[in-house]
Amino acid sequence: MAITIAQVEQVARLAKLQFDSEEKKRMAEQLNLIVDYVEKLNELDTSEVAPTAHILNLTNVLREDSVEPSLSPEEVLQNAPRQNNSHFSVPRVIKEL
Amino acid sequence: MSYEAVIGLEVHCQLSTESKIFSGSSAAFGGEPNSHVDPVCLGLPGVLPVLNKTAVIFAIKTGLAMNCRIAGHSVFARKNYFYPDLPKGYQISQFDEPLCEHGYLEIQDGNESRRIGITRIHLEEDAGKSIHAESFVKSDETLVDVNRCGVPLVEIVGEPDIRTPREANLYLTELRQIVRYLGVCDGNMEEGSLRCDANISVRPAGQKELGVKTELKNMNSIRGVERALEFEIARQVKILEEGGSIQQETLLWNANTNEAAPMRSKEYSHDYRYFPEPDLVPLSITDEWIADIENSLPELPSARRRRLAVEYGVPEYDAAVLTDNQALADYYEEVARAAGDGKAASNWVMGEVLGYLNEHNLNLKDLKVTSENLAALLKLVAEGTISGKIAKTVFAEMASTGEQPDTIVAAKGLVQISDSSEITGHVQQVLADNPTEVEKFLAGKEQVVGFLVGQVMRATCGKANPKLVNQTLRDELQRLRK
Repeated sequence: MAITIAQVEQVARLAKLQFDSEEKKRMAEQLNLIVDYVEKLNELDTSEVAPTAHILNLTNVLREDSVEPSLSPEEVLQNAPRQNNSHFSVPRVIKEL
Repeated sequence: MSYEAVIGLEVHCQLSTESKIFSGSSAAFGGEPNSHVDPVCLGLPGVLPVLNKTAVIFAIKTGLAMNCRIAGHSVFARKNYFYPDLPKGYQISQFDEPLCEHGYLEIQDGNESRRIGITRIHLEEDAGKSIHAESFVKSDETLVDVNRCGVPLVEIVGEPDIRTPREANLYLTELRQIVRYLGVCDGNMEEGSLRCDANISVRPAGQKELGVKTELKNMNSIRGVERALEFEIARQVKILEEGGSIQQETLLWNANTNEAAPMRSKEYSHDYRYFPEPDLVPLSITDEWIADIENSLPELPSARRRRLAVEYGVPEYDAAVLTDNQALADYYEEVARAAGDGKAASNWVMGEVLGYLNEHNLNLKDLKVTSENLAALLKLVAEGTISGKIAKTVFAEMASTGEQPDTIVAAKGLVQISDSSEITGHVQQVLADNPTEVEKFLAGKEQVVGFLVGQVMRATCGKANPKLVNQTLRDELQRLRK
């Protein structure tokens, strides 16, 4: 399975990353090495093995439904680059209403 | 050409847990902005989610009530996308191994009953709230309140079995009533604790293949969903009839203009790259656990409607009104049992009780008339102690003071006059006072009886037994005729 430049561009777009053409080429090469390595698994017959959802052999790690104290709004917002009226302020995401 | 619509609804219900699905901050609606927040729902580095057991139980309850198969093994998945109200950059949801699958809801339209399939019900976390429209929001910004982040949701994905906006209304009404009966969601669409998106396409009647669908969002009432679907069906049919083609897109319903317009979002991607959530271990749901939860289910709305109709002999329509919510159905059943008359109880609860609550904008729990006292009032009528008309006066008094009916009847001297000699006395007096009317009667104008009955009732302040008055009056007039 070969990773194409187009696939690198698609993944970069979804991850909001920008690469120049040299970087895209390098990414494709490196990703191909990783995928080739994982391809090794195809040498095994896993048709009788259920998909592994988690590597720990645990189920049902649950908590009781009880409320614990919240952070204060000041703490919540302390790392926000911009805030307004106790809200996070981000660049507008809707073009028009 | 006639067209048929194909509609599938996706409903999100906020679960009424105390705390969030993966952490301990409050899941309550509202609150000061960013005041129900902890490091987990804020998506801070290094935090780990731990699943809320009550949320799992609520989701399984929902699945059982909607006739689903509950999975023995269920896993969570990450749904990856960027949006400011999603601090982690992914939503923890379920993908290929949801908690519940293959269910259905039964909807009843008059005498016709239809089954609407439910594809799946899965657990997930809610996102925060984006604010664009408040006065303090600057024109270049969007504000984010993360209080809602991590509130538990079930998403109920329906099969595209719905054909009309009315069916969509019936389906949502039934679904909302069930989650309310279960106590897993308050069903408040205005506050967004129950939200509905609709997928809709149209096709020429009889055609098998589906048309291009659009998605409708932003409806905040069941009636709104119905209206939005009506609008969208008309819009799609018009485009097709003019030879155009439908664009696959998302439309936002505007309840003020009664129109849906394409959503103008800057980023729009459907490539969610789901993968198993590595921070949560799988759920293993044993048959014993499912049986325990099943045993804890209340009687569901459809079963209660059927039982009321059979047990108390009330019409199906009445049964539906009386089972609107559990408190009302409980109240009705208490009255019916204590009074020993299901039909009279139904007439009074649907008439006087609901009328009074409506008129005074009250909830049943605020009503001063206990079920016991209403039953006692019904007995007074049944025994002939007071007339039905007087009973309504007594009810009004009970509703404003909370007193027992016999106390009110005694204090106000409202006991019905059923003594025939006393009534005869009143009748004779009225006949003596109204010679002209008596003349008219003797001349053949039978209608004046009504007037004369009214005079007797007035003379007795409405307390005379009306049947007896009628009979006595006719007897007396008959005597005069001879």
